[in-house]
Amino acid sequence: MRRHHPGYGRWTPFFFLAPAVVALFAIGIYPTIFAVMTSFRRYNITRRADMLDGFPFVGLDNYRQAFSDQTFWDSLALTGRFFLSVVPLQIVLGVLIALMLHRPGWGLLRSIARVSLVVPLATTYAVVGLIGRLIFNRDFGVANQFLGWMSIASSDWLGNPTGAFIAIVVMDVWQWTPFVALIFLAGLSMVPVEIEEAARLETKSNWALLRYVQLPYLLPGLTAVLILRSSDVLKLFDMVFVMTRGGPGAATDLISVYVQRVGFKVFDLGLASAQAILLLVLTIILSRIYIRVFYREIE
Amino acid sequence: MSSHWRVGSILHAVGLLIVLCFTLFPFYWMITSSLKNQTELLASPPIWLFQPSFANYQAIFADATVTTAVLNSLIVATSTTALSVALGTPAAYALARFEFRGKADLWFWFISNRMISPIVLALPVYLLSRQVGLLNTHVVLVLIYLTFNLPIVVWICTDQFRSIPRDLEQSARLEGATQLDIFWRIYLPLGLPGVAVSAIFAFIFSWNELLYALVLITSQDLKTAPVVATNFMSGYELPWGKIMATGTVIVAPVTLFAILVSRHMVRGLTMGATK
Repeated sequence: MRRHHPGYGRWTPFFFLAPAVVALFAIGIYPTIFAVMTSFRRYNITRRADMLDGFPFVGLDNYRQAFSDQTFWDSLALTGRFFLSVVPLQIVLGVLIALMLHRPGWGLLRSIARVSLVVPLATTYAVVGLIGRLIFNRDFGVANQFLGWMSIASSDWLGNPTGAFIAIVVMDVWQWTPFVALIFLAGLSMVPVEIEEAARLETKSNWALLRYVQLPYLLPGLTAVLILRSSDVLKLFDMVFVMTRGGPGAATDLISVYVQRVGFKVFDLGLASAQAILLLVLTIILSRIYIRVFYREIE
Repeated sequence: MSSHWRVGSILHAVGLLIVLCFTLFPFYWMITSSLKNQTELLASPPIWLFQPSFANYQAIFADATVTTAVLNSLIVATSTTALSVALGTPAAYALARFEFRGKADLWFWFISNRMISPIVLALPVYLLSRQVGLLNTHVVLVLIYLTFNLPIVVWICTDQFRSIPRDLEQSARLEGATQLDIFWRIYLPLGLPGVAVSAIFAFIFSWNELLYALVLITSQDLKTAPVVATNFMSGYELPWGKIMATGTVIVAPVTLFAILVSRHMVRGLTMGATK
């Protein structure tokens, strides 16, 4: 029977999969292997000597340099500090927003607020950086005006290390809190309606409702937020690059911004590749954890 | 008790309004700034009420830079979206309806592409495309954007194809349809909503991308819109009105698209870990 229909063989799925797999291999895996090779070479394309030597193999030199490079560690530490600054804020605000959007009443306003969450998420990251530069401008920025209304002295946000760091934190919180809120909202809508209604009859306290009924449904979302946000922070480039270029000094030199500079301003592609590979290892660990936690049911 | 309810309800409305202001303010500020003239823009403290003018939009469309950039973005984003749908939907069909060894691993490989930092690929892709002469072409962007578009198409479409009843396939088989027929005539048409949502996501992600476009394209007339917008950021007195007008032109279309798929936003951004 099957023989009459050539499309039903054991190999059928592979025909359907092949184009995507080949494409992703060619543009994802092959360049990665090339990056590993590059990371073992002295590969500065602006140094004539390197080119004349045919970009010689130097073994683990680039990795040694990356590990002993204080700036690299500083920027990883800064990325960690950035994560610890934005994510707790996003979680607290996200839960608050999700609870407000979940609570019955004000149907139309609730729908509008819900749709508005999409706006920051869709805004081009580079444009977020541009808006940030305007809002946090020393002379005519609206951030200083807001502070003025609360009688707080204005400051040159992007001109000093602390201010610049706060400014990129604010813009990231603006852009990604809606994402966190939507994840928690999805969690809240998983609470069975009967249970939630029974609980509402039982208690007037929203706190008790949150603590004993809703919290268990928020926890899976929390893990998703922690893992996805950490990989996103490791990837964060556009907004920071546009807003501060990593400065002033190294105050906002997050890891992706730093590696980009080593690669495309200094053109030390060997060292930059080694750093990028280290970053990749970190990301693979993260994504393995992510998959372990969330896709267990498929396995 | 009724007054307690009323206070709660009013607080709820106030809270929702605050959320609305929070999410829309930077967007609002960008649009209003694009309608100000330079004096109004440089006013300190900033002014909120002014006579709006479209002069900045006329200015950015007066020369070809912004128009070309938007066209470039349109070409790149549309091509890469079409390509990722063409390559991704068959793969999604196989993942949704066939059992084979290594399926889970393949699946995870697709998904883990979501996590990889573009800087990891930007370096080798720069060197490789320099060698084969793809630097400064739209093709290299179209291809490299597949790294984040293919996974999103594969994920969303697999999910969608799984929800199509198998009976349809069975009866088509009895009538002698080939596997390709079944994919083409049953799964694609019935899964169209999912295909559309994933295509919109692919378009948004490609349209918004900066890092690859920044390092792989240096020729002025091939640059994409986000790169051109950031290029204004040099010189002493920045043309803020033009910058914000360009920003608005870039952000407006994707915002509309995003509102269209707002119900699927979480699915698109988490690769379906939370439904």
